[in-house]
Amino acid sequence: MERISGVWVFAEQEDGHLHDVGLELLSKGRRLANQLAAPLAAVLIGHQVRNLVPTLYSYGADDVFLADDERLQHCLTLPYAKVLIQLVKLHEPRVMLFGATSIGRDLAPRVASNTRSGMTADCTDLQISDVTQRGQLYKNLLLQIRPAFGGNIIATIISPNSKTQMATVREGVMKMEKADNGRQGQVIDLDVDLSEEDFAVELLERYKEKPRVNLKAADIVVSGGYGVGKKENFHLIEELARVLGGEIGASRAAVDAGFISRDHQVGQTGTTVRPKLYIACGISGAIQHRAGMSESKKIIAINKNPNAPIFDIAHYGIVGDVAEVIPRLIEVYKQRSR
Amino acid sequence: MPYNSVVCVKQVPDTSNISGQVMKPDGTVNRSKLPTIFNPDDLAALELALQVKDTYGGKVTVITMGPPPAAEVLRQSLYMGADDVVLISDRRFAAADTLATGYALSMAVRKIGDVDLVFCGRQAIDGDTAQVGPQLAEKLGIPQVTYTEKIEKVEDGWLYAKRKIDGGFERVRAKLPVLVTVFGDAAVPRPFNAKLIMEKKRAKSQFELERMSEDNPFYYFYNDLHNLEQRGLLISTWTVEDIKAEEEKCGLKGSPTQVYKVENVVLASAERKRYEPTKADLEKLIDELMTDHIFG
Repeated sequence: MERISGVWVFAEQEDGHLHDVGLELLSKGRRLANQLAAPLAAVLIGHQVRNLVPTLYSYGADDVFLADDERLQHCLTLPYAKVLIQLVKLHEPRVMLFGATSIGRDLAPRVASNTRSGMTADCTDLQISDVTQRGQLYKNLLLQIRPAFGGNIIATIISPNSKTQMATVREGVMKMEKADNGRQGQVIDLDVDLSEEDFAVELLERYKEKPRVNLKAADIVVSGGYGVGKKENFHLIEELARVLGGEIGASRAAVDAGFISRDHQVGQTGTTVRPKLYIACGISGAIQHRAGMSESKKIIAINKNPNAPIFDIAHYGIVGDVAEVIPRLIEVYKQRSR
Repeated sequence: MPYNSVVCVKQVPDTSNISGQVMKPDGTVNRSKLPTIFNPDDLAALELALQVKDTYGGKVTVITMGPPPAAEVLRQSLYMGADDVVLISDRRFAAADTLATGYALSMAVRKIGDVDLVFCGRQAIDGDTAQVGPQLAEKLGIPQVTYTEKIEKVEDGWLYAKRKIDGGFERVRAKLPVLVTVFGDAAVPRPFNAKLIMEKKRAKSQFELERMSEDNPFYYFYNDLHNLEQRGLLISTWTVEDIKAEEEKCGLKGSPTQVYKVENVVLASAERKRYEPTKADLEKLIDELMTDHIFG
């Protein structure tokens, strides 16, 4: 059997729908594969999902490994991991990328552990580069880049001796390129070999609600941080978002403080946004937060502390108390937009 | 029917609480100056394990891999009601990535033996990787239930649990033995028990006793070691040999990932304008954004 060992992307699907993050990773993976002069492959696991294969080609996949089996209809860690582990051991891809979703973050470390692959979670950038480490030259390593430790540093992680270098990336971090519907590829059907012990976990019930928050698609995001002060003050953020027709965001500190639910969190461990306008209210601007919003077209920062790092990336800075500035801003906007 | 649990915990720097004093002049964080805490998700994991014990009986053993000061989170575990604690500490475990950590923990869990449930926090606040739990499960060859929010029951060799997924939840059942990773919101950790504090506050690891004998020349180390051991207050410390680990799979040597470089963040924005929080200035700002067609 011919080995296909370039860049691989786990193409997550649920109920027959591809998750955006897989397509974003194919877009990024295409560029990494070109740099390596290697093929780009997608791994698709599920039941009756063959119809998704052309989409994966159109986002850059040369090859699609397809494991289609009734028992793989819902994502369960053990059988999905088994399929991936067998495949990785056989082909030894240089790079394997997973979306940092609840599925990817459950599955990928298990696969990495079994195949002894170095793995980095929540990367905010991926690059290919030669690296000299302790006097030894490594060709074409995957640089796994992520903010680390309290947010003051950006760490570049490498796995120089791993056959496969693995990473997870949050949804929205990599840009999805336009689909090229004319692209063709080849599908490789996998024999699925599962036993009873792979079903030691059974799904009894699954409940999914329609996402209430759609930060990724919003043109305007108004975010509140710990500096909003208290939960009661957070209605100011909501009010400003409503008036401007935007979505409500939050920093991790605000979420941890219980000001608002976690699905509003912007940043490395939340959602990455690229709106036309981002208004950061009472957010100091730790790197994890900036990682999720710094590519916004315009950034307004409102903060009491004139030295807050958020001002360094903001196009417009307003030094003042959120509780005073926001009502005034709403008033002025209403007058001007009449 | 009683169930035996092992809970894996970590002492972490309190990254949520970075103040001016821990910043170096170059703007980076001085790790050694940060206060340390019991990793929040791990506290919830311990609480769930104790609840299983309260309901069904069994033994709760808490383990941590870390430097000698990590004994503090083990003492706190005793104050909450853990039956036994173990410090996994050896220079050769240092600089372990998640894979090497999962391996070392798996060898410790094997040494404990007769385990029905392994509990981990979902992730630690210093790394946020959420990788150690699944990797430990893989090394033990047992199933995993990640992002657990609630344990419904343990019955006839199955664990019934509710887990958080993106935008919803799942209810699953898993065959024992199983590893569970726990969301910090899953349970409010019980407060320290006053009686247990009195009973267990003298619990010490051998490292800590050695330290005391260094500080005080009149301190008779072996006397106290023997004394604590007899009263069940000696915190066991396990080395690479104790858990029969292969040295090449531990610490830096056993870690496929390496930190290649660390950079301080350089911030830059193309244009920067400061506005006063006055009505006149805010009008200028809004007008400018309207000219740029940012709204509508």
